[in-house]
Amino acid sequence: MNIIRYQDPELATWSPMNRLDSLREEMNRLLDGSLAGFTGNVGLFGGWSPTVDVFQDKDNVYLKAELPGMKKEEIEITFQDGMLTIAGERKQESEMHEGESFRSERFFGKFHRSLSMPTKVDAEKIKATYKDGILHVELPKAPEAKAKQIEVTVS
Amino acid sequence: MKSTAHTLERTGEHSLSRMPAWELPPANIREEHDAYLLELEMPGVSKTGIEVTVENNELTIVGHRGDTEPKGEVVYRESRHGDYRRTFEIDASIDTAKIAAKMEQGILRLTLPKAESLKPRKITVAD
Repeated sequence: MNIIRYQDPELATWSPMNRLDSLREEMNRLLDGSLAGFTGNVGLFGGWSPTVDVFQDKDNVYLKAELPGMKKEEIEITFQDGMLTIAGERKQESEMHEGESFRSERFFGKFHRSLSMPTKVDAEKIKATYKDGILHVELPKAPEAKAKQIEVTVS
Repeated sequence: MKSTAHTLERTGEHSLSRMPAWELPPANIREEHDAYLLELEMPGVSKTGIEVTVENNELTIVGHRGDTEPKGEVVYRESRHGDYRRTFEIDASIDTAKIAAKMEQGILRLTLPKAESLKPRKITVAD
């Protein structure tokens, strides 16, 4: 004799999975948030892309790029048609030949990043410094790009 | 069920909207013949901003950012704020008294020598 379990129709439609789904989404969001900075920026065609910030005040545009572990000769900065390009290659130290790698989270290899500047800058006066693994680029604004005070006259 | 979900949402909101206090620096770990080499990327940190402590089999590295905020308004921002911090679990195979650290252009290189007792030792038999 077969015993068929009686299924309460109301019970069948209540889905406990809804609650678990939203819990899982919360967890995913939490993990995504915390790991985002961890893995760094991965460039479009593989390789890596340094993190950059761009600021401006009334006289200059400032760019900060995180490029730890490089030599200043290895960093190429070019400016053309309003675009600032930072490129180079980060090489792995040759001393680390033998031995086993347990963890490799750092990115190596070529990088290339172009950003268009928010205003016109004076290309002749661009300055760059590299300190503590951060590249600081200062781009003075072209005179015509600076805001002009317009006087209001009352006739 | 309803009250649990409600609590979850409330705590979720609270912790997700707050910026994390610490940033996790990427690490490379290699094992060499007589030491472990640990590299941490902490751009914006100079030699004076580094704190390395060992306590109860835990190696903690804290990097305080020295760079000041650039002047002006933000046009585009990708970097995260906050100091760096990362903890590693180490065991007795490391001679913690001989840990060496070197900081260069935002990279901290730690050399963790393996403890002497782990290296094979020849024991001579007395007459």
